Amino acid sequence: MSEPIKTDVVIIGAGPVGLFAVFELGLLDIKAHLVDILDKIGGQCAELYPEKPIYDIPGLPSVSAQGLVDNLMEQIKPFNPQFHLNEMVETIEKIGDPAFRVTTNAGTVFECKAVVIAAGGGSFQPKRPPIPGIEAYEAKSVHYAVRRMETFRGQRVLIVGGGDSALDWTLNLAPIASHLTLLHRRQEFRAAPDSVNKMMALVGEGKIDLVLGQVTSLEGADGQVSAAIVKRTDGSIFNIACDAILPFFGLTMKLGPVANWGIALEDDLIPVETASFETSVPGIFAIGDINTYPGKLKLILCGFHEGALMAQKAHRYVYPDKRLTFQYTTSSTSLQKKLGVN
Amino acid sequence: MVKITYTDSQGTSRTVEGDIGATVMETAIKNNIPEIEAECGGACSCATCHVYVDEEWREKVGGPNPMEEDMLDFGYDVRPNSRLSCQIKITQELDGLKVATPDRQA
Repeated sequence: MSEPIKTDVVIIGAGPVGLFAVFELGLLDIKAHLVDILDKIGGQCAELYPEKPIYDIPGLPSVSAQGLVDNLMEQIKPFNPQFHLNEMVETIEKIGDPAFRVTTNAGTVFECKAVVIAAGGGSFQPKRPPIPGIEAYEAKSVHYAVRRMETFRGQRVLIVGGGDSALDWTLNLAPIASHLTLLHRRQEFRAAPDSVNKMMALVGEGKIDLVLGQVTSLEGADGQVSAAIVKRTDGSIFNIACDAILPFFGLTMKLGPVANWGIALEDDLIPVETASFETSVPGIFAIGDINTYPGKLKLILCGFHEGALMAQKAHRYVYPDKRLTFQYTTSSTSLQKKLGVN
Repeated sequence: MVKITYTDSQGTSRTVEGDIGATVMETAIKNNIPEIEAECGGACSCATCHVYVDEEWREKVGGPNPMEEDMLDFGYDVRPNSRLSCQIKITQELDGLKVATPDRQA
């Protein structure tokens, strides 16, 4: 375990609502670290629909999702938020009144006064392909990520998918596996053209097999797969014998470890009270798509509002002895100083 | 208003009215049609509103756009008449459209 990072607030989720929370907290002199499981900032906006225009952000008649993220990053720059990407918060322990110790799966430890959960639809995790009975093989022979390439030395490996992950691992594992088959639904690949060319070269040299089709079911016993039953594009059925299957079907959102943090949940959402968006645990807040309350709308603009009110209550935990006076950025010289515009 | 018929994987058909300009996915969700999940809400970012377009309607509906074709890689039992229903906009021409849903979404 590493030395704890001491900060005022840990924000879980670096989507638009988590980002704007940095702004609202920052105006109140509250420093924040953000943790996100993705390798980039922006949450669903960056991962799912970066190029889609959004039309209901107040004051921006049309903005692309990535454009909104970029704007938010510029807006919160004066507050110097610290990002911890590719990390998922695993545990939150209460160590004070309130104070929390937050630990990620990468071993990063924070000690903070308040936690803000802005995790949207949950954490992005590899999608389980819709193959009947695949769960039974997941612990042993079906893998959604490669942790150690050596695991696959000498094995007959079947990689399923047509994106960058599928192609990258095809190229990396080809020299290690005893036999490698890449299975994809169609001739066109989403992966980078360079990877596709390299893969096709390996196929041409007879080093790997490329099969066009879809897995319909799996054969095996005790978690060990022995073959995938594949339907080819022309409808014919055949078996691919294999010891390991690596399906790369993109990402989906799962609630993840939120359920273990001791917070009351309701249908996989976090109920909050609407004066401060605090959860059932004092000092832990939930804003954006992950919370629920009467009248809740899953809109980015609602998440922004929730962040503003959350910050007022968080201030009481971070600065229990300071009285908070409400100020406008248009007129307050002290706020303008914080924003670096005065 | 046009009529759209959804047939589920068990063979049960449900005919509902859809607004011109809405998508086949939105119309399904509005009418509680089973077997269409639409996890991403219509952003063409998942493959959970996958439908099979009835052969007689394939030409009028047309094929998937390139982004949709990419997303269909994540679908289950994708066939030549597969579409993501969030990408089919309802027009007057599609009055009477028939689609079927697969027995599982991605």
